[in-house]
Amino acid sequence: MIRLVGILVGLGFAFVSLLAFVVGAYNQATEPAAETAEYAFHEPAHNPRGGFSFDGLAPRWDVAQLQRGYQVYKEVCAACHSLNQVSFRNLADLGYTEEEVKAEAASWLVPGIDPNTGEASTRPGLPTDRFPDPYANEVMAAAANNNAIPPDLSLMAKARHHGSAYLYSLLTGYQEPSAELAERFPDSVPGPGLYHNPYFANLNLAMAPPLTTTGQVTYADGTEATVRQMSQDVAAFLTWTAEPSLVDRVSMGWIVMGFLLFVTILAWLAKKNVWASVKPRRED
Amino acid sequence: MSFPWAKQYEPTNPLMKYLDEKLPLPRFVYNAVGAGYPVPRNLSYMWNFGVLAGFCLVLQIVTGVVLAMHYAANSAVAFDSVEHIMRNVNWGWAMRYAHANGASAFFVVIYLHIFRGLFYSSYKAPREMIWLIGVVIFLLMMATAFMGYVLPWGQMSFWGAKVITGLFGAIPLIGESLQVWLLGGYAPDNAALNRFFSLHFLLPFVIAGCVILHIWALHIPGSSNPTGVEVKSESDTLPFHPYYTAKDGFGLGVFLLIYCAFVFFMPNALGHPDNYIPANPLSTPAHIVPEWYFYPFYAILRAFTVDFILPAQLWGVLAMFASILVWFFLPWLDKSPVRSGHYRPLFRKFFWFGLIPTMAALFYLGGAPAAEPYVMLSQLFTAYYFLHFLVILPIISSIERPEPLPFSITEAVLKSDKKAVQGENASPAV
Amino acid sequence: MATTTDTATSDHVAPTGANGEVAHEDGVRRRDFIEIAAVASAGVAGIFTLIPLISQMAPSADVLAESTTELDISALEPGQAIKAVFRKQPVFVRNLTPEEMAAADAVSLDDLRDAESLADRTQVGFENILVVMGVCTHLGCVPLGAAEGEVKGEYGGYFCPCHGSHYDTAARIRKGPAPTNLQVPEFTITDTTLVIG
Repeated sequence: MIRLVGILVGLGFAFVSLLAFVVGAYNQATEPAAETAEYAFHEPAHNPRGGFSFDGLAPRWDVAQLQRGYQVYKEVCAACHSLNQVSFRNLADLGYTEEEVKAEAASWLVPGIDPNTGEASTRPGLPTDRFPDPYANEVMAAAANNNAIPPDLSLMAKARHHGSAYLYSLLTGYQEPSAELAERFPDSVPGPGLYHNPYFANLNLAMAPPLTTTGQVTYADGTEATVRQMSQDVAAFLTWTAEPSLVDRVSMGWIVMGFLLFVTILAWLAKKNVWASVKPRRED
Repeated sequence: MSFPWAKQYEPTNPLMKYLDEKLPLPRFVYNAVGAGYPVPRNLSYMWNFGVLAGFCLVLQIVTGVVLAMHYAANSAVAFDSVEHIMRNVNWGWAMRYAHANGASAFFVVIYLHIFRGLFYSSYKAPREMIWLIGVVIFLLMMATAFMGYVLPWGQMSFWGAKVITGLFGAIPLIGESLQVWLLGGYAPDNAALNRFFSLHFLLPFVIAGCVILHIWALHIPGSSNPTGVEVKSESDTLPFHPYYTAKDGFGLGVFLLIYCAFVFFMPNALGHPDNYIPANPLSTPAHIVPEWYFYPFYAILRAFTVDFILPAQLWGVLAMFASILVWFFLPWLDKSPVRSGHYRPLFRKFFWFGLIPTMAALFYLGGAPAAEPYVMLSQLFTAYYFLHFLVILPIISSIERPEPLPFSITEAVLKSDKKAVQGENASPAV
Repeated sequence: MATTTDTATSDHVAPTGANGEVAHEDGVRRRDFIEIAAVASAGVAGIFTLIPLISQMAPSADVLAESTTELDISALEPGQAIKAVFRKQPVFVRNLTPEEMAAADAVSLDDLRDAESLADRTQVGFENILVVMGVCTHLGCVPLGAAEGEVKGEYGGYFCPCHGSHYDTAARIRKGPAPTNLQVPEFTITDTTLVIG
């Protein structure tokens, strides 16, 4: 009885899904889905030449690069993008001393209250403060940016596939839309206030190219600030903000794996020994 | 409850004797996973996954309790509290990655455990009850994992919760009110997050209770084995300890090596980048998918795109639940007197060339975008999935002529041992 | 039956030598050694996993970062006190008047329950700045006396309303159940800046 009911139920579900298949195949044959510009013109993210110091299984932070990246964030990105998971005290990871961190924090204005009147005001940052939002609220952010709210950057390197490479590719990838795109997908040509970038998911983004000219930032360490250099540096910095534990994690991982391998080999030998006395010797 | 030759617990130490009189817990452990539990001597490494699943449950409970000490179940701060764990809490990143990847590891182990059960027909009498409890555990795990994924309150958390609770909205008449009741609102928000957290904390302990029942039920007939022939004499068995504790110990080491490689070297490989974006009810991610371990069921859900008597959405929901519920009926759908797939030629063909490719395809298709040809393929494989369990299995189990079974486990072991000695490559399979 | 095994006699590996093992005395020891080593190293691994499980309960990085408090005391006139927060607990900073300092110095150390002079409790050069935790050493209530108009107790310092502990102008316990003086946290004063912690 159970089997009879089962067979009927099974045939029922199979029939409906096959019916859906036939309908889908018919639709596909009569009106195939149009190719989209996002599909045809999107390009996968790529690393800068030489890659990043934190890629692979022996990652390390290039502290000088992180400092340069921080400078790019501070002087360029911070005008619109917040970094609200990061505190000034975290900058100690970038090789700054306690005094430098304090001075750096104090160079930012964070929201505060007037100690006498209680009215909202700003005060110099302390190491324990988070990086301040450039806009007081979302409405202000939207109003200032043509309704496109600039996202927080703290986790950007983890919030996109191949985050570090994506950030680098995006920042260096602004270009004029190709003639082919304009011909095949006239709707995907960027309208006013939009900019074409094949690394962005839907090809058109509201952020104007932020890094445009060599020397836009004057690096303290004398590195030539080409667009590629700045993009790579800020991508590295944002990887650090997204995953500050990355280097510690991998080095801890090697210790754990080494010890586990040792224990597992011992466990294997112990298992062999325990089973050695079992005759006949068959351990399928 | 056990074989007559099972060794008896005989404490020699006065303290243990005293304890045995007052609370025979050591005796219980001895009989459950110690030398007092005789186990078929021919178990392969496919029999490791029960112990590994138990390990995963403990791992998830321990790391989960730790995370709950720092997590804040409030939609305003949940996302930030997870980042607080990642950045500020001592070893917080390790705890969170261990928990997130632990969920995946748990499902890998459970799927292999189920795979073992399906191939060797471990669900057959006298072990139906073990199988039924196992399916209940699997359902509880799915609920727990789903609610756990909502807790970080990222984009995938929010939209996953919205889509899955939306399934209940497909139920006729009561659907919409049921959905609103489940969420405590019209969309996932603070109320939903809080109840998910509460249940996510509770369910693992319910699972632990079911695991005890699962093991209890196992100890009545004893473990199955790769030949499917029941234990006949003492020479068919070995005491669980030290033989299978040693084997499981080695298996655990191999498991941990793979698991730790994920935790330390690619902790986000199995997650979705979108979940590092805070939940935003006004913007849907381009490509909503559940965690990988739900892919086959998600593929089945999405395969139903045609209204036929019932609306398509309802078909999808029914099929998704039915795809797991059919497992409850397996002991009665498969009437073959032979258990092991090794001795069932027809069953074996359908298993390896039908079910396994279907599951592999559904795993892939569930994560693929909802576009052609993926939807069409998942429709074909969904049809096979139901045909396999509900039509093919009952039929082949009646018409199939099984191959001759060995007389006993010992004979099977001896025969393969001789074969191994005769053949030049006599290395024992490890 | 040749297949009968001899394994069911002991719960440990029992190489009974039935299969003509050579030198099984050494063999036994080597086997035991490997098993003990495997179990022991697994135990060590288990102990190491306790480290993160235990240390996660210690203060997190953001809590530790807030473990110092900086105050500007340039506006603190003699006779005035301010309440601040140090590690989520109240701290009292008082600029003592000459009379209060004299009163504190006039007390003989032998008469005190917890013998400390005012100089012991302040920084050289800033003997008038008294920094104490606003936590009664009896059961942790916040004593009165820091704010304008609050009861200062019989000795003109601080008074704990919970169980009536009286502290003098140097915040030393003089009367009541508290066992010790109000605790002086670690602090340094440079010009007008007070750094606690």
